Amino acid sequence: MKYDIMNKLQQIMEQNLIDIEQAKDRGQSAIGFYCLYSPMELAVAADAIPLPLCGTSNEPIATAEEILPRNLCPLIKSSFGFAVKDTCPFFRFSDIIIGDTTCDGKKKMFELLSRYKPTHVLQLPQSQDTAMALSLWRSELERFKKIVETQTGVAINNDRLRAAIRLMNLERGARKALMDMNKAKPAPLSGSQLLEILFKVGFLADKEKGISLMEEVVAEAKNGSFLSEDVVAGSRKRILLTGVPVGLGSDKVVKIVEQSGADVVAFENCSGYKQAFFVDEKTNPLDALAEQYLATPCSVMSPNNGRFDLLKEMIQEFSVDGVIDLTWQACHTYNVEAFRIEEFVQKTFGMPILHLETDYAESDTEQLRVRIEAYLEML
Amino acid sequence: MRYAGIDIGSRSIELVVVNDACKVLCRFQADTGFDPMAKAKKIVNRVSYDRIMATGYGRNLFEISFDAPTVTEIKAHARGAWTLFPGSQTVLDIGGQDSKAIALFENGNVKKFEMNDRCAAGTGKFLEIMAGTLGFKIEDFGKEALMAEKGLNISSMCTVFAESEVTSLIAKGQSRQEIARGLHDSVIRRAISMINRVSSEGDIVFTGGVAKNLCMTTLLSEKLGRKVRIPDEPQFVGSFGAALLALEIG
Repeated sequence: MKYDIMNKLQQIMEQNLIDIEQAKDRGQSAIGFYCLYSPMELAVAADAIPLPLCGTSNEPIATAEEILPRNLCPLIKSSFGFAVKDTCPFFRFSDIIIGDTTCDGKKKMFELLSRYKPTHVLQLPQSQDTAMALSLWRSELERFKKIVETQTGVAINNDRLRAAIRLMNLERGARKALMDMNKAKPAPLSGSQLLEILFKVGFLADKEKGISLMEEVVAEAKNGSFLSEDVVAGSRKRILLTGVPVGLGSDKVVKIVEQSGADVVAFENCSGYKQAFFVDEKTNPLDALAEQYLATPCSVMSPNNGRFDLLKEMIQEFSVDGVIDLTWQACHTYNVEAFRIEEFVQKTFGMPILHLETDYAESDTEQLRVRIEAYLEML
Repeated sequence: MRYAGIDIGSRSIELVVVNDACKVLCRFQADTGFDPMAKAKKIVNRVSYDRIMATGYGRNLFEISFDAPTVTEIKAHARGAWTLFPGSQTVLDIGGQDSKAIALFENGNVKKFEMNDRCAAGTGKFLEIMAGTLGFKIEDFGKEALMAEKGLNISSMCTVFAESEVTSLIAKGQSRQEIARGLHDSVIRRAISMINRVSSEGDIVFTGGVAKNLCMTTLLSEKLGRKVRIPDEPQFVGSFGAALLALEIG
């Protein structure tokens, strides 16, 4: 059954490209997103297709480095390289791009990206708990709404926004249910399977298709279909991966952990559990969106207390044995925060943590393997 | 019973055999070369043993060829150093192509560790290349550096950049010994910051081939202000630790 579902996902992915192309021919707009902070609801509310953009492959980095400095985060270089080489179909489909002023590298990259595609950058505040930050973000979403309206010709009213929030809440709920599967012991899904499903589903223009596929995976995984036979139940250490986002192509750490005989059971990052939130469906929709999205606990925020709370909750609920904190090279915010994360996990749970700094290239695989194996030996 | 530990490193392979009382029965060393498994086989064939445990970069290849259990060099060095110097809580290992600082629990288990980045900056390979650039034999490099009254400032830690820095200092007519001293100073600075990240007090056990360099050991204890303990054969600590772990799993 496992292979049936994965094959089906592959077919849906291929069909997805055809669907988007046809939708665009019918005059539907597509809006590309780089970061979790900008609400996709605004695109959905205007019947536009929200598309997350590629940035997890090592392949386009060399091209990006012809323009960008080498000493920059691989996620930024990869995203930019895809755009320059025009090798990401979702970038090609996008009529406009939405970015946010998250980290320094990204916001300066967006300035260059606008040469390839109309790029709108939302001014993201750097803190979350002041009235000024929220009101700034609220007004940026208002501006974002007008940008989408201009692009699509659709006036976004509150009813449309509420319907969009409901749909996205359903999708986030399905993602959360899928990720929560791994609270069980042994984890019914391997980290790489979970990562592949979450990653691919994100690109689906038809949200309903993604939701029903994730529900199907949950039902199958409950029956143990995804468990590999050679794994002795309970013998593998349960690892939580925190830090920067990972996707297909930037998942080498997950693979090495699995090859070393442990499971990655949970992802505390923006490709994983940071997406497991719900937007209030009852209050004013734009207020609710501003509040919920601004609360995303990324290291670009200062302070970033939400990450510590989320990490604590996840370490307990997923009964993890160890935590690996992953930083992409030159990602200063996650790299600096690593010190406090280590201190926090050590103090709260008496658990050692492994902090890794790497990029997308395979050249340091063996060095990473030593660190990861030595860490697992410690647990 | 005889328990063997083999440490297949990037530069050299070491093998140690111990008995049930943890006493070393024999040891061998060879350069790794370009075909580590052929070399490893040759060494392994020279000794008899009941169990063997592999460590070092080649451990996973060895596991496949010999169906032997493996352990990381971090755990192996920790166990070896802790057994040689009971009660020690910090280990610095500088080998051919990597360096690591390890903090231990009282029972000898690994508490925390730090490793150098992916390049060979500040390792045995770095010192070897720099000795060559300055025309010193690697065995004499430390002694020569110690003879200098002061060290010249070398800012690059990257082997490639440091080599051009050294070349330009030679061209300026600077003393070879002072350049050598400066290179040792910079490797030590790096090692100290790594040690401080894992532990702030207590003796340090210095293992790995670089611990044979007199300038390194002298500077380390001088600059760190902590007692540095050097095993008789520091390059065998990893293989010794692996042999002990082979004994432990029985």
